[in-house]
Amino acid sequence: MFKKVDKKEIINMIKKDREITYPGEVIASGYEYLTGEGCLREGKDIIAIRHGLVSIENNLVKVIPLRGVYWPRVGNVVIGQIKDVIFNGWLVDILAAHMGFLPITECGEFIEREDLLSLYDINDVIIAKIKRIQPRSIVLTLKEKGLGKITSGILIKIDAAKVARVIGKQGSMVNAIKELTNTKIVVGQNGLIWIKGPNADMELYAKEAIELVAQNPLYDGLTDKIKEFLKQKISKSK
Amino acid sequence: MYEKRFDNRAFDETRPITAEVGVIENADGSALFAFGDTVAIAAVYGPRQLYPQHLQNPEKALLKAYYDMLSFSVPERKKPGPTRRSIEISDVTTKALEPAIMLDKFQNCVIDVYIQIIQANASTRTAGINAASLALAHAGLPMHDLVCSVSVGKVGDKLVVDLTKEEEDYKENGVKASTDVAVAMLGKSKKISLLQLDGEISKEELLKLIELARKACEKIYREQIKALKQIKQKWV
Repeated sequence: MFKKVDKKEIINMIKKDREITYPGEVIASGYEYLTGEGCLREGKDIIAIRHGLVSIENNLVKVIPLRGVYWPRVGNVVIGQIKDVIFNGWLVDILAAHMGFLPITECGEFIEREDLLSLYDINDVIIAKIKRIQPRSIVLTLKEKGLGKITSGILIKIDAAKVARVIGKQGSMVNAIKELTNTKIVVGQNGLIWIKGPNADMELYAKEAIELVAQNPLYDGLTDKIKEFLKQKISKSK
Repeated sequence: MYEKRFDNRAFDETRPITAEVGVIENADGSALFAFGDTVAIAAVYGPRQLYPQHLQNPEKALLKAYYDMLSFSVPERKKPGPTRRSIEISDVTTKALEPAIMLDKFQNCVIDVYIQIIQANASTRTAGINAASLALAHAGLPMHDLVCSVSVGKVGDKLVVDLTKEEEDYKENGVKASTDVAVAMLGKSKKISLLQLDGEISKEELLKLIELARKACEKIYREQIKALKQIKQKWV
């Protein structure tokens, strides 16, 4: 016969939100929860498979990693360096486990096969978007506004897991830095950040601010702290 | 007769354990693990693309552990570079760690684990496995479980946990009277992933030793979890 399901048994949360978890830990129990990224269902229990912070939103349970190599996703804007030019496109290092591939049809310009090098040479840096993910490669595209080759400004690298903190809720953090330093910033989801400002000083202030965010990702009220830090720096320089 | 241990521990007690993650800044994940005087550090790099291409596996990633003892880790200087012993230990370490990691998520990739013993007083491979398991978790890799490892053995006629060098070389009437067994098991499911034996032992005693190892591994598992959870306090 079927076993009678007790309602109390179904709603039975074990882990609290925003706690650090480890691989193999039971973070929630009950069939009403859905498994998101970084966890796995084993019967009734939801088990973490990565080391990170537990996040429970409504019924969705997921684990936000604290460190690690960038995991590509369709639609992400990334910054990468051209590593090789082959007969039908470019190989781009986007700091993921696999090389990114930019096919000739996705470069956004009409170009002959013989002229690939004249458009993007080895060691050029580009801003690109992930179009699709295949088992062997990550296909990139440049056919959108704001994508393309970078020729000036500075490039910094932070841990890919801390990109979300640098951007902030609805871009609050990065917008605050942009406004105060009067710079243009593109945050690649793979942890590479491009900063272009009116002068070198402003670029360096923005760089310092971003590095400060990456070092203290779990600090409460970080946006206000960063604003204060930037205002002080800028007023001193004047 | 072996009545009392050289360092006055109980027979089923491990040496004091130290576990810490994030000891190497440039690595993707790193950890330190120590049983008393035996100290191991591990660094994880990857997943990254594997070359030469013919080694790539389209089904899953390749895990490669490199075990080595640094030249100053032992009383007499060890010649640097891989030896017959270190190559073998690298191989068994890889096999001990493999069941814990979801390698099928990273096709054609390699995950490199570098284990260095910076101070040795027996049980180095087990300390190395513990450090490597912590470092893999710290690198944010998807894993089913953590791997815990401990050495158990028979010294004289006593069954002991976590042998030191003195105990490994124990002699009775000029004859070697020590057996050591290295055990690694998954922390949660308690499935054995490494079992090596050096010496002579009866079947019944071996089963008893595995039971002892299981208890010691529980303690190590708790220490590993503690190390992984402590990361928050360090950052703020």
